[in-house]
Amino acid sequence: MTKINEILKILENDARTTPQKIATMTGKPTAEVSKAIKKAEKDGTILKYKTIVNWEKAGNEQVSALIEVRVAPQRDVGFDSLAERIYRFPEARSLYLLSGTYDLLVLVTGKTMHEVAGFVTKKLALIEGVQGTTTHFLLKRYKEDGEILAGGEETKRQPVIL
Amino acid sequence: MPRKKPDITSKRINRIAPSGIRRFFDLVASMEGVISLGVGEPDFATPWHIREAAIYSLEKGYTMYTSNLGMPELRRELSRHLKESYKLDYDPDTELLITVGVSEGVDLATRAILDPGDEVIMADPSYVSYSSCVSLAGGKAVMVPTSQKNNFELGADDIEKKITDKTKAILIGYPANPTGAVMSRDKLERIAAVAHRRGLIIISDEIYSSLVYGVEHTCAASLPHMKDSTILLGGFSKAYAMTGWRIGYAAGSKEVIAAMFKIHQYTIMCAPTMGQVAAIEALKSGDDSVAEMVADYNRRRLFMVKGLNKIGLPCFEPKGAFYAFPSIKTTGLSSEEFAEKLLMEEKVAVIPGSAFGECGEGYIRCCYATSLADIEEALKRMGRFVKRCGG
Repeated sequence: MTKINEILKILENDARTTPQKIATMTGKPTAEVSKAIKKAEKDGTILKYKTIVNWEKAGNEQVSALIEVRVAPQRDVGFDSLAERIYRFPEARSLYLLSGTYDLLVLVTGKTMHEVAGFVTKKLALIEGVQGTTTHFLLKRYKEDGEILAGGEETKRQPVIL
Repeated sequence: MPRKKPDITSKRINRIAPSGIRRFFDLVASMEGVISLGVGEPDFATPWHIREAAIYSLEKGYTMYTSNLGMPELRRELSRHLKESYKLDYDPDTELLITVGVSEGVDLATRAILDPGDEVIMADPSYVSYSSCVSLAGGKAVMVPTSQKNNFELGADDIEKKITDKTKAILIGYPANPTGAVMSRDKLERIAAVAHRRGLIIISDEIYSSLVYGVEHTCAASLPHMKDSTILLGGFSKAYAMTGWRIGYAAGSKEVIAAMFKIHQYTIMCAPTMGQVAAIEALKSGDDSVAEMVADYNRRRLFMVKGLNKIGLPCFEPKGAFYAFPSIKTTGLSSEEFAEKLLMEEKVAVIPGSAFGECGEGYIRCCYATSLADIEEALKRMGRFVKRCGG
């Protein structure tokens, strides 16, 4: 693994790991690690440091939906300008262009089902070039970004083993 | 007149000293909130694809005995694996045996080759079962001191000094439990040369072969002339985080595998079927999982070793397995006293080095196969403790 990838891997797993600690774990000088992180932040390799929240547990339930969008690509700009019109809405948490039976997949999050439905019918579906949408409301989150929400495995090790 | 009542247990068993460390183990088990650096196994659960393969095998009804030697497919995969890793050719039908972990492998190997009084040379300190298995097999363990000064590597000259006309084998285990030492190719070649010249068998426990950091593991059997005179023992427990599945293997000459097989078929019958299926999956597609775990161990290794040196417990750089073996001599405590006081005062469990032989005195074994957060907290507590000891 290259040096920066090793650093990124550690940060992706725990964004709060200090440069000192990363330096120890990789056997590199702290200054070198700090410099590499700064550079990655600057050139957009590191986009943002976030927290994965289990909102359900926090008593702050959200409604999410995955929406399939079929669009007519436009001359010269293809899917990109249409995609931009969609991802500019803060309601769109993620947006992907896919191969297959539809074109774009939008993850939409709102406080209520009504709010999400409102976004689809009043905004998304009316964008010029959008030919149709299929909305799938999310019923249960099992795993988010590599983290299992239902609680991980317990350690079942004996306290001491030779 | 009634016959004198014989001892219930055999003289052979009575000769084996009860494990002195047992009392310490019980003490650890009875305490709450202990951070344990005393565990000799990965903290990862077995990678899911391996577990899933085993679950599927149960659904399909793989619940019966396998061939005594082990499943043919597993032996074929193993043969391929050894060829790819070390360019070694083992015939899956006659030169490989699937065992219940390397633990069984050590037992079979010693019983298969030793006659009463035969001597086996090994490093002090070394893994606890080596000398006991030799002695259970009627042999005599001959210890060669190793030290931090030589990175706990067994030296060919030191071995040679211990050879008598009773010497039958040299038992090595690198990467090593408890020291984390690896054996350089160069040093291993010299040991192999001695073994070759003096007609000795090498029993090589290579259970930690995949867990090396920045160095390459050399397989003893892969050295020139060594394949037929080496009993290579390996397994899945450490690399694939499969300790509970109990699957290992022995690779050796037709003659020695046949001898080990005789014991295995009557005492074990076959290694657990479910575990063998899991091992096939591990060999077929476990490389990525191993690489990821090794990268993770390496980060914690560097963290642990630096931390130990910082708190005043000098530690040589262990390049294999998942143990650090720092010296505690500056504290003036024996390793058992150190472990017990540390447990009582700071609730951190480490293994006294003396559990692994006389030369382990003055050291403790700290396993870094535990979460980084726990290692950090343990180091903090140990630092406080060492300071109080005036170290």
